[in-house]
Amino acid sequence: MSRIASCFAELKTQGRKALIPYITAGDPQPQATVELMHSLVEAGADLLELGVPFSDPMADGPAIQAACERALVHHVSLHDVLEMVAEFRKINNHTPVILMGYLNPVEIMGYKTFAQQADKVGVDGLLTVDLPPEESHDLVEELNQNGIDPIFLAAPTSTAERLEKIAHAGSGFLYYVSFKGVTGANALDVDSVAKKLNQIRQITPLPVGVGFGIRDAESAAQIARVADAVVVGSAIVKQIAAHANDMQKIKIEVTKLVGSMRAAMDAMTRQAA
Amino acid sequence: MTVAKKKTQPSFNELPDENGHFGRYGGRFVAETLMQALDELEEAYENSKQDANFQAEFDRDLADYVGRPSPLYFAERWSRELGGAQIYLKREDLNHTGAHKVNNTIGQALLAKRMGKTRIIAETGAGQHGVASATVAARLGLECVVYMGAEDIERQAPNVYRMKLLGAKVVPVTSGSATLKDALNEAMRDWVTNIDNTFYIIGTVAGPHPYPEMVRNFQTVIGREAREQIQRHTGRLPDALIACVGGGSNAIGLFYPFLNDDSVAMYGVEAAGEGLNTGHHAAPLCAGSPGVLHGNRTYLMEDKDGQIIPTHSISAGLDYPGVGPEHAWLKDIGRAKYVAISDDEAMTAFHSLTRIEGIIPALESSHALSYAMKLAPQMKQDETIVVNLSGRGDKDINTVAKLEGIQL
Repeated sequence: MSRIASCFAELKTQGRKALIPYITAGDPQPQATVELMHSLVEAGADLLELGVPFSDPMADGPAIQAACERALVHHVSLHDVLEMVAEFRKINNHTPVILMGYLNPVEIMGYKTFAQQADKVGVDGLLTVDLPPEESHDLVEELNQNGIDPIFLAAPTSTAERLEKIAHAGSGFLYYVSFKGVTGANALDVDSVAKKLNQIRQITPLPVGVGFGIRDAESAAQIARVADAVVVGSAIVKQIAAHANDMQKIKIEVTKLVGSMRAAMDAMTRQAA
Repeated sequence: MTVAKKKTQPSFNELPDENGHFGRYGGRFVAETLMQALDELEEAYENSKQDANFQAEFDRDLADYVGRPSPLYFAERWSRELGGAQIYLKREDLNHTGAHKVNNTIGQALLAKRMGKTRIIAETGAGQHGVASATVAARLGLECVVYMGAEDIERQAPNVYRMKLLGAKVVPVTSGSATLKDALNEAMRDWVTNIDNTFYIIGTVAGPHPYPEMVRNFQTVIGREAREQIQRHTGRLPDALIACVGGGSNAIGLFYPFLNDDSVAMYGVEAAGEGLNTGHHAAPLCAGSPGVLHGNRTYLMEDKDGQIIPTHSISAGLDYPGVGPEHAWLKDIGRAKYVAISDDEAMTAFHSLTRIEGIIPALESSHALSYAMKLAPQMKQDETIVVNLSGRGDKDINTVAKLEGIQL
């Protein structure tokens, strides 16, 4: 069983929901990333999403665009990101790490090379935002051969037919984009998310994570009520941006935010039980 | 003369395939939220092709609103001056709004109306596509938002004002390099947010399927007319076609109806900027490598890590790090040849045509003209070249004046 699958299985037996924070690798500077990853785990993260910086992050709002730009000032490459994961694995061998980004850096490294190296350093999943299942065959094959879960997006606009395709191509979990828009926008509607998740669950047994627009403890708890995992990106990245020159302050603020989400989610699940 | 000719395929007119691929290029690389919208667009577009009323309305608009057919003008004095092949200019600069861009925006706006969309968005570099989009939006009473790089807004002030006069909202894009590619990113972000009521009019033959095919088909009116006109002028097909290539819509519009004419050589002219060896250029086909950006796989200007690198060209319309996937395919199979012309060379051609023929060309088109200045003298006097004069240069006079230290 993959690290991601066993993480979700274990959470299920505990009756808890997964918290998946996102940070962009290399933001605000390359040395900060591994340390931040450990802080996120200590604050209550179950899985980590590590953004691979890209020059043209078309699906992202201003916060993550700016994070990519901060990382790219330091020329953080996919190769560098893999090294960061290797460094993280020296201490932490249990928290699943998912790389999230755009296809081109993976395409340029080569699918096979990427999949082999990612497996070697302890990456567990890959989410390429601009790669729908239709174009994913070759990459998914390489990922599967190297035990890396290909994670696909589902959206409010995904038809039943598309959800089938997405569920079939992916493994690990399915990432549901909570609204039509870019990351960090303020458009979360918990009821419509709940409705769509019902449809998704009839199509696939994969755990479903929900991201986009979850910004605080309250929204995290609301989503945790209906989803298997809560993904938080822009809200964390904004804290990093606000304190870009003060690593200690970043750790304190990010830990505070993630910790509050963790607590609210666990309170919700205890209450539900 | 030697031309790139390969008879490896029975026809060059059969792509893209059903998934939008031109060989290994093209496709549909977008976030999931947009996939359903692209399916709907594809379906609406396919239906419109079968609809005689739609086609008749499109043709009528091209005739009465755009002013088509555009003339094919024999540049007799310029040809004599260059001393080689006879040069004919396809006068897309005479279209309403001053460039070939309007052929496509008319088609897509009719499609938007057919699909019941009330809001149009567009990206623009030189501003020609933005003006053409704002124009058709005004005519059809649709809301129009145009994304434009802050740097381009600076260098294309007249077009910015035209868009505003036409009722469009021009949104400056400051992220990334603040040019066309970033405007495209921002338009995509708008589209994903407002997908229910918004139609995204992409201005070139790039982006996710079906855009490269759809935009090409709307632009092939250029080549169909030119093919007929040159035969009326000379009694035969031309020996060479030349067009500038940013995204490549005017080039594919001219080339496509000639692709199966083996005797016709085709030259796509990219922007060499300050020179291909300086790195400051916008020539992905001549000096880039394949990758994935803006919804399609194609040649890109990128670094070894797959990051898109800043481009440079004197002409905003060519200042783009990608290129339409069909051009990538035509390059690989050798059916078309891609070359590059520097800023300085384009400026020389700009002045040359202006002074000798009394036609002020767009800086984009000046790249094609510059290559004609190189090619014509190498050809015989009984040979002919058709150059796509894709746009007029009025919008560029500020840029040109500034370069020459003249205050307007």
